Amino acid sequence: MDAIWEALLRLFGEYGASKTGLTLIDYGAEKRLAIIRVAHTEVEKIRAALASITKIATEPAAIHVLTVSGTLKALRKKIK
Amino acid sequence: MKRIFADTHLKPNLADMEHAKRMIMKAAELGYSLIAVPLPLRTPESYAAQIQSICKEASIDFASRLDLKPKTAGELTHLLRKFRRKFEIIAVVCEAKAVARQAAKDRRVDLLNFPATDFRRRFFDEAEAELASKSLASMEIDIKPLLTLEGQERIRLLSTLRRETAIAKHFHVPIVFSSGAADELTMRKPLEMAALTTLFDMDKASAIDAISKNPIAIVKRNRGKLSPEFIAPGIRIIRRGKDCP
Repeated sequence: MDAIWEALLRLFGEYGASKTGLTLIDYGAEKRLAIIRVAHTEVEKIRAALASITKIATEPAAIHVLTVSGTLKALRKKIK
Repeated sequence: MKRIFADTHLKPNLADMEHAKRMIMKAAELGYSLIAVPLPLRTPESYAAQIQSICKEASIDFASRLDLKPKTAGELTHLLRKFRRKFEIIAVVCEAKAVARQAAKDRRVDLLNFPATDFRRRFFDEAEAELASKSLASMEIDIKPLLTLEGQERIRLLSTLRRETAIAKHFHVPIVFSSGAADELTMRKPLEMAALTTLFDMDKASAIDAISKNPIAIVKRNRGKLSPEFIAPGIRIIRRGKDCP
């Protein structure tokens, strides 16, 4: 989450980041899969912030959005 | 109808075909249906054949691309005369104003590319856009510098891209958004690329067109022109010899 917050702050500042309502819902280290909640109006902002991440801590990395959904139930169904 | 996405600027190390294969497989996994790889001027056919076979394996379409870096306008026209009919996409890296102007008005040029970090050599202004709008050239934006640059340099790049995309929109110059990736970690999904354009205030519909409709149109147009049936725009052979009534 640190990497996401850092990217968000770097691109949109504290004001922009405050509007996203970014929260971590679930993270599975084995599958390297995270579920995050954001305000639906800010999805593109978060997508841009995630795309701009090139490293996590000091390790080179990339984060991809698998899917976006309005409810957690539908999201879990989609990623099964 | 489902959108087809294209990344017209993948830059794998062609000396290492395993690396190229990994990048092409990744492009297919990320949802691209067409990729273009810049080929070297010398022996492009051998590389093209190898990449073509990898793309076939990955069920992805491949378009051959040539990046020209001429120093003068004369050199550009000479290179275009020599190579236009051998490649499906011709991009010109404009490092001089005269080259940029010639490339913008030449109908054989598909993509205008400008150095990302050398802001004094980004010649995409109103005059350039007006010339490009009368020809077939599109402006190409690579996302790699957006990912790799930091701090003031990225701020300056975003500001330049904001100005240039507004000019392109005003003069109806198509924009092509490509990855410019030389490794898998700088490759992004089509919608992620589109999301990055919000950083320089491009609307979502234009951003999606820049990674699907615009590059696909270039490849389709050039494939039509390069086919043996092509005579002139709007005229092509549909029957030969005994097929003719």
